[in-house]
Amino acid sequence: MTLTVTNLAITRGGVPVLEGINFALEPGKALILRGPNGIGKTTLLRTLAGLQPPLAGVIDGAEDTVAYAGHSDGLKPTLTVVENLRFWASVFGAADIQSALDAYGLNELADRQAGNLSAGQKRRLGLSRLLVTGRPIWMLDEPTVSLDRNAVAMFADAVRGHLGQGGSALIATHIDLGLDGEVLDVGPYKAKPKPIDDFDGGFL
Amino acid sequence: MIALLKRDLTLAFRAGGGFGLGLAFFLIVTVLVPFSVGPQSSLLSTIAPGVLWLGALLACLLSLDRLLALDWEDGSLDLLATAPLPLESVVTIKALAHWITTGLPLVLAAPVLGVLLNLPVPGFFWLVVSLALGTPALSVIGTFGAALTVGLKRGGLLLSLLVLPLYVPTLIFGAEVARRGATGMETATPLLMLAGITAATIALLPFASAAVLRVNLR
Amino acid sequence: MSIASKANALWEYANPKKFLTTTERVLPFFWISSAVFIVVGLVWGFFFTPDDYKQGSTVKIIYLHVPSALMAINCWIMMLATSLVWLVRRHHVSALAARAAAPVGIVMTLIALATGAIWGQPMWGTWWAWDPRLTSFLILFLFYLGYVALWEAIEDPDTAADLTSVLCLVGSVFAFLSRYAVNFWNQGLHQGASVMRVGAVTGTDTEEKVSNIFFFPLLVCIIGFVLLFIALVFYRTGTEIRARRIKALIARERVNG
Repeated sequence: MTLTVTNLAITRGGVPVLEGINFALEPGKALILRGPNGIGKTTLLRTLAGLQPPLAGVIDGAEDTVAYAGHSDGLKPTLTVVENLRFWASVFGAADIQSALDAYGLNELADRQAGNLSAGQKRRLGLSRLLVTGRPIWMLDEPTVSLDRNAVAMFADAVRGHLGQGGSALIATHIDLGLDGEVLDVGPYKAKPKPIDDFDGGFL
Repeated sequence: MIALLKRDLTLAFRAGGGFGLGLAFFLIVTVLVPFSVGPQSSLLSTIAPGVLWLGALLACLLSLDRLLALDWEDGSLDLLATAPLPLESVVTIKALAHWITTGLPLVLAAPVLGVLLNLPVPGFFWLVVSLALGTPALSVIGTFGAALTVGLKRGGLLLSLLVLPLYVPTLIFGAEVARRGATGMETATPLLMLAGITAATIALLPFASAAVLRVNLR
Repeated sequence: MSIASKANALWEYANPKKFLTTTERVLPFFWISSAVFIVVGLVWGFFFTPDDYKQGSTVKIIYLHVPSALMAINCWIMMLATSLVWLVRRHHVSALAARAAAPVGIVMTLIALATGAIWGQPMWGTWWAWDPRLTSFLILFLFYLGYVALWEAIEDPDTAADLTSVLCLVGSVFAFLSRYAVNFWNQGLHQGASVMRVGAVTGTDTEEKVSNIFFFPLLVCIIGFVLLFIALVFYRTGTEIRARRIKALIARERVNG
């Protein structure tokens, strides 16, 4: 499934942040999003994941194909690691969670409550969720926050495995994951100030 | 869908899930009533159906602000919104989970509390029937209120302000059934109205709840 | 002019600038005419109509009570209409008009309730009774409160417009339901003594028709209140538009900087 983005413009809190974004993400490829803080990387990922409507432009191929991982992992502190993962697996209709546990070294934590995990362990659990979604396009927002070097390697392996199976990934990150993917620097796409719509256009 | 229901029920029953809080609140309110209006059993038996309905309604209200807010805070709602499950189903399941953990225990506990308030014997049956029929509507309407206020920092009070007026028709017909039942009057008309309101809210309101949740998520 | 182009002409006022310039031009007319109608109606009603043979001079509060009660309901209906326009056509002015109307509706509801209580005291011997009509107005008041509180609580204007519009829609259905529930729950005092049912005022209900002596000054007062309502909503919508403009300008500055 190729994700094609044409002339996309996005807003945050009613203010346009990025515009004129064009790219195509083909199966087996990764695209790394770069850009200073506050430029709108998170907004871009949320828009592509369908959580908010774009201001303009066309997103093609993102319907029911995206697995999104934002800043929070959606974990329930009183459920165990396995229960958390199994829940998301059944929501996405997957049966097997063992390979996800293996990929992030979560086997020895399996029966611990998620609330007792360290920040890095929680993040590993949150990322392992991607493996049980069965969705071809991963959209990851700063996935390596609070991960140690070892865990970053696990993550990079998981992404590589996903790409090897014909999946693709769009990752907002500042560290080098050793993936051979293109880099999209969103800095140049910063929106020029102009009216958002005819309402403000009536004044500005 | 079943997975979501199972998870919500598990969460409610685990430590800190808040299961039983509504029930305890219902008990305390009922116990406080005689202290405020006096212990005459004739007075108590007159007001018992209404007081029990109001107590159940307030107990339902109590847990609404956690209904969606917890999933909002930990990011689960974002993930659920991108899952293959339509948001309409998500809010319906959430309302169902709320009813099972809050409404159903209230229905079952109401007769016991009826004894405390000297509820007339024929009233017990109708109290349980009216609560069983009405509390699902309270959960569904409450879910709509929770979806409206989910993004707000101090949404709890606003939630009550928004939801309580919406509870008026359900309360009127529900309490009317219990009141008429307790005094041996015919109950068919308010019972039908109550059933109609419950059926209509369950059928239609999830669409409004999902719509406002989508607005709040963006 | 064909109907289609007429309809298009109406949508032109969705442009805030067009709305502002037009309303600014017509506002003085509305202010002055509403004042004239209300003053004429009240003076006529208070001093130049006879006392009712049953109710004495207390009946004259009808000249405040009925128009405010009518406007309290009409205001909600207007909010429902503008909310729908916002949800369907995304015209910002429409959403802002709904926001601007709500406090006016609250005041109208309060006037109706207060004058009703003052009237009810000598008539029924009580300030307040849980009569269906009184109760419905109290519930309407609660709906207004929730609506305004939701507008105030949400920072992002478009989100607020969306959420309040849906609330207005759902609230309308429940307010309607409440009206019937309340009627069912208590048959009430008001129904029998209804000099103020719309049917009575317009004469469709011949038995309880308000006599012409009271009817014409009442009509003048109602027209005055309608004009006042329009003036207030235009004025307040203008204020809301300007507030939005300031917000847009600040946002623009932030993007620039």
